[in-house]
Amino acid sequence: MNNPQITEADLHAWLDGALPQARRAEVEAYIAAHPAEGERMASYRRNDQAIEARYDPVLTEPLPARLLHRDARTPARLWRYAAAAGWIFLGGLAGWQLHDWKSADRRSDSPSWARRAAVAHVVYSPEVRHPVEVAADQEAHLVAWLSKRLGTSLKIPRLDALGYSLVGGRLLPGDQGPVAQFMYQDAQGQRLTLYVRTNRDHSKETAFRFAQEGNVRQFYWVDRSLGYVLSGEVGKEDLLRVANAVYQHLNP
Amino acid sequence: MAELSEVEKGSLDTLAEFGARVNELIPRLRRYARALTGERSAADDLVQDTLERAWTKLHLWRAGSDLRAWLFTIMHNVHVNQVRSRSAAATLPLDDDVADAPVRATQADMLEVRDIDTALKRLPVEQREVLLLVALEHMSYQETADTLGIPIGTVMSRLARARERLRMMLDADAGATSLKVVK
Repeated sequence: MNNPQITEADLHAWLDGALPQARRAEVEAYIAAHPAEGERMASYRRNDQAIEARYDPVLTEPLPARLLHRDARTPARLWRYAAAAGWIFLGGLAGWQLHDWKSADRRSDSPSWARRAAVAHVVYSPEVRHPVEVAADQEAHLVAWLSKRLGTSLKIPRLDALGYSLVGGRLLPGDQGPVAQFMYQDAQGQRLTLYVRTNRDHSKETAFRFAQEGNVRQFYWVDRSLGYVLSGEVGKEDLLRVANAVYQHLNP
Repeated sequence: MAELSEVEKGSLDTLAEFGARVNELIPRLRRYARALTGERSAADDLVQDTLERAWTKLHLWRAGSDLRAWLFTIMHNVHVNQVRSRSAAATLPLDDDVADAPVRATQADMLEVRDIDTALKRLPVEQREVLLLVALEHMSYQETADTLGIPIGTVMSRLARARERLRMMLDADAGATSLKVVK
């Protein structure tokens, strides 16, 4: 035995198969000469194996919905990052989608302002760095500013109870003047936008109407002097739940 | 769009690969989280938070670097924060030397600890992490050190303490044996 100085670290490294050949032989000789140490190592190994036996089955358990949900959304995420990678790509994709929508227009009876809201959703919700002009931490300013620009008193619905927190908002050009877009996101980064316009064409519609543009689902409605469009790449039921919450918040 | 990170500059292929590889690692993250927390829902919360943070920190990941270590590092950080915020309320001891909590006074008590879940839970979290990364995730000592951001010597000492504590808890005979001096 060249090196009888066997450390505790050597013993563990031996257990974990992390020793070079020569050192391994020395440790094994040491263990052979010290049965109590052999016992101790055997116990460590048993416990390590018990840990594996106990937890390895987790590897093959079906993933829970909330983790699967992420899986399902991954392409959308990738799309977002890809969009961030360049406006050329985004432009190309948006153009393609718009082309798609244009051809769907003949069948779609959603008003032009709902389609504008869908475009605004597609353009801004993938934004990584600048999703909004004014962030939620300046909510008072955001409300005051957009209320002034739209010429009416706006309220920002709180959707935290549904898991969506306010990201912020921005001013956009609408077909008849300025419109507001508020953005929300959930803990998984799933974003919804609420598009608010002044109802200058005096639409009488008050019921929720559903529209779908590509992957973007929308509920839109007119409530007194304002028109609303809630857009998101989520299921219709989920979106309706949020739309109801928005409506109730605006009509307490 | 002034400053784009490495990944944002990268091709869609790189991003698709990132997504695919992250997804491949989810079962392993779950296994580790389950052993670390001992509870199914808490573990999946931890995985979910980890994945969420990974996606928002995607720009910090350098293509070609070890994605597994990166994800486990994120999980470690998320977990440390959770434990810290909980311990602020519950005064859970975190320090290696203090953390024999709750102290099991008698050998009879020791013998009660028969299942690996309970035994793992009684390890200080720092020791549990090292043991699980080595014994369950089969990381090398260096990978473990990198993942947890600690020196390799600390990995070795925590590993030795963790294994010895588990032995004291789980082995019927070990309770009678005096604790080995860790060299």
